[in-house]
Amino acid sequence: MTLAEKTIAYEREELLTGCQAVAQAVRLADVDVIAAYPIRPYTEVMDNLSRIIADGQLDAEYIVADSEHSQFEIVKHASSVGARAFAGSSGTGWMYGFEALVVTATDRLPVLFLVGNRALDDPGAFGVEHNDALAIRDMGWLLCWATTAQEALEHVLIGYRVAEDPRVRMPMALALDGAFLTHSQHMVRVPAAETVRRFLPPFDLGDRRLHPDNPISIAPQVNEDWVMELRRQNWEAARRARRVIEQAYREFNELFGERYGTPFFDEYMTDDAEVVLVGLGTVAMPARTAVRRLREHGHRVGYVNLRWFRPFPGPELRASLARFRAVGVIDRDFAHGSPDDGGVLLHEVRSCLYPLPERPQVLNFLTGLGGRDISIDDVTSMYEQTLAAGRGRALEPAVRWIGVREEAARGVPEERRP
Amino acid sequence: MTQTSDLAFDRIAGVRKTPLEEFYASGHRTCQGCESALVMRQFAKASGPRTVVTGSTGCMYVANTSYMTTPWVVPWMHTQLGAAGPSAIGMAAGLRALMRKGRIAQERINVISFCGDLGGGDMGLSGISGALQSPYDLLIILYDNESAANTDIQATGLTTYGAQTTFTPPGKVHRVMQRRWKKNVAGMLAVGHPTCRYVATACSAYPPLDFLNKVRKALAVGGPTFIHTFDPCPKGWDYHPSYSHELGELGIKCGIFPLYEIVDGRVSYTYDPKKKGRIPVREYLEKQGRFAHLIDEDVAYIQRRVDAMWEEWEIPGVAPLKGGLRPA
Repeated sequence: MTLAEKTIAYEREELLTGCQAVAQAVRLADVDVIAAYPIRPYTEVMDNLSRIIADGQLDAEYIVADSEHSQFEIVKHASSVGARAFAGSSGTGWMYGFEALVVTATDRLPVLFLVGNRALDDPGAFGVEHNDALAIRDMGWLLCWATTAQEALEHVLIGYRVAEDPRVRMPMALALDGAFLTHSQHMVRVPAAETVRRFLPPFDLGDRRLHPDNPISIAPQVNEDWVMELRRQNWEAARRARRVIEQAYREFNELFGERYGTPFFDEYMTDDAEVVLVGLGTVAMPARTAVRRLREHGHRVGYVNLRWFRPFPGPELRASLARFRAVGVIDRDFAHGSPDDGGVLLHEVRSCLYPLPERPQVLNFLTGLGGRDISIDDVTSMYEQTLAAGRGRALEPAVRWIGVREEAARGVPEERRP
Repeated sequence: MTQTSDLAFDRIAGVRKTPLEEFYASGHRTCQGCESALVMRQFAKASGPRTVVTGSTGCMYVANTSYMTTPWVVPWMHTQLGAAGPSAIGMAAGLRALMRKGRIAQERINVISFCGDLGGGDMGLSGISGALQSPYDLLIILYDNESAANTDIQATGLTTYGAQTTFTPPGKVHRVMQRRWKKNVAGMLAVGHPTCRYVATACSAYPPLDFLNKVRKALAVGGPTFIHTFDPCPKGWDYHPSYSHELGELGIKCGIFPLYEIVDGRVSYTYDPKKKGRIPVREYLEKQGRFAHLIDEDVAYIQRRVDAMWEEWEIPGVAPLKGGLRPA
C-alpha cells in the first residue's frame, strides 16, 4: 500500500464518545433501517443518528418503536427483505426484547446491535455490568467488546462485514461499557467513506431475501423433524465465523493501516509475564496502567484484553494462557450458584484451559458491578493475589470480590432492624 | 349495504369475477371448516402476487406452515406472537429504503401481517398501535377465532363472555369462568389512531366477497391499515365443521360481532341491524358446545349487553360512549 492510499483511509480526527463513534460508523456503513427506543446509556447513539439523518448525512428509515421487543422485531424484518439494519439497547431493555434477539439469531439475520452494558434491575442502576450482553452468549450471536471509541467505530464496520458474510449470517452485538465507554470522549480517527466502501460491500442476502421475486417461506414450523439439523447449521456458522473474522481483520489492516494484531484478544506486556489478568471491556484501562506500574517494581505481569466473546477463541486463548503460571479472570458480571460461584468469564476461561496437560492456576475476581469504579489499586491487588497464586500461595478461595463493602453486604444487623 | 366512501379501488364486483389464482394454496394442515384459513386464502387472493406476508405465532402459524409443505405462494415469514405490528413496519421500512436507494425496483409491494386474537388483541396491541402510527403502507389482519386455538383452546381477551375454554371450564361451583367481556379491538384502534385511514371488521363467510373487497380497499387507501375478522372455529367453538359459514352469518345477524368499516373517520355498517334487524343472540349461542353450560340468565345478560351496544352506544360497535356530550 502506498502512502497516498493510507492517507485517505481516515478522513478526519475528532473528539467523540463511544456512542458518537458508533453513530459515525453507522453512517459510514450506509445503514438502511434504524429502530430506536430510549434507555440509558446506549441511547446516545440514537440521539446522534437522528441528528445525522435529519441533517441529510445518512439516507435511512429511522423508526421510534413502542418497546424494545418491537424495536428488535422491526430491524429483524427489515433485514429479512435485504436492508442493512441497526438497533441497540441496554440492561433491562435488552432483556425486554430477548425473545426477538433469539429469533434474529435463529433466522440468521445479520443485524448489528449496540449494547451499552448496564446493570439489570432490580434495584435500578445505570452503571455497567456485563450480564445483559452475556445473556445471548448461547443463542447464535456474534458478541464482541470494544475498549475505546476508535475500536467501537471500527468494530461496527468489522461487525457488519463478518455478520453479513454468507458463510456466517449471524447477528452481531457490539458491547460498550456503559458510561466508561458509551459516554467518555476519545480522539477518534474517522475513516473515509470511500475506503469503508471497499472494506464493506453492500449487504446482499441472496436467495434468503424476502421479496415477491423470491417467494420463499422463512421459519415454518419444523418440530423434531428438522430442528436439530438447523441447530447444527447455526453451530457450523459460529465455527466458520472464526476464520471469517480473521480474514476481515487482515483486510481491515491492509486498508486502514496495521490497526490490530490478533483479532480475538490483544495482549499487553505479556512476553515475559509470570501471570496475567484477563478481562472484557474498559477494565483494560486501569489494568494496563497497573501493569506498567508493577513492572516498574520488577513484577512480571501482563494483561489480556478479550475482545471476542462469541465465537470464543478457544484454541488461541488456550495457547496464549498456557504460557503463564497463573491467570486472574476479571468478571464484571455474576453467575449466581454456578461452579465455585464465579463469574461467566471464569467458566469460559477455565473450560478453555482444561485440555492443557499443565494448567495455570486460575483465580476469579468479581468486581466493578453496577458501574462501580475499578481503581488502579483494585487491579494492583488482583495482580498481587494472582502472583501469589502463581507461586503456589493463597490459592483459596478461587473466587474473590474486589471493591465490595463486606460489612454492608451482610445487610442491616439484627439489633438495628426495626 | 351503506356506502359512505366513493374511494376508487379495484372492487371484485361479483363471485364470478373473483380471481382464480390462489396465493395461499395446498400444504397447510388446518382443520375442516377453519374460517381463519379462509381468511388467509381470501386476503392472499385479494392482495395478489406482489405481496410479502408475516404471520405471528398462532394456529395460522403452527397448522399452516410445516417445513417443506408451505401453502404460501407469496413470500412469507414467521414473526413472534406479539410482533405483527413491528414485523410489518420492518418489512415496509426495509423495502422503502431499498427502493429509494435504487437497490431494488421501485414498485408497489403490499405488506401484510396477520395475528390471532391472543397475539394481536392481547400481547401485540402495543406493537400494532406503533404500526398504525407509522408512515408506511401496511395492512394488519387480526384473525379472531376467540381462543388460543392451537394451544388447546385457551381463553383470550377476545373470547366471548361465558364461553368454555380450557382456561375457563364450567365447574360445580363456578358456572361461568370466562367473565371478561370481549375486548373491542378494531374500535379501540380506530379511535386511538386519528391518522390511520382505514379500520374494518369482516367475516370471511358473510356477506360474500365483503372481506376480499375490504382487503382491496385497505390496500388502496394506503398508509397503515387494520382489519379484524370474525372466524368461527369448529374445534374451539364445538360444532360440526359444516356449520362454519352459518355460524359466521348468525354471529353477524345477531349483532354480537358488529361489521363495519371506517374510512377517514367515517363509519359505515356493512350489516346495519338498525335497518335489517337483529336475530336473538340465543340462536347463535345455542349452536355451539362452548356455551352449552349457560342458563337463561347468562344468555339474557349477553343479550342485554349486545342490545346496549346497538341502542345506547354513541357509535354502535365502535365506541362504548353513551348519551352524547354533556355540559361541564
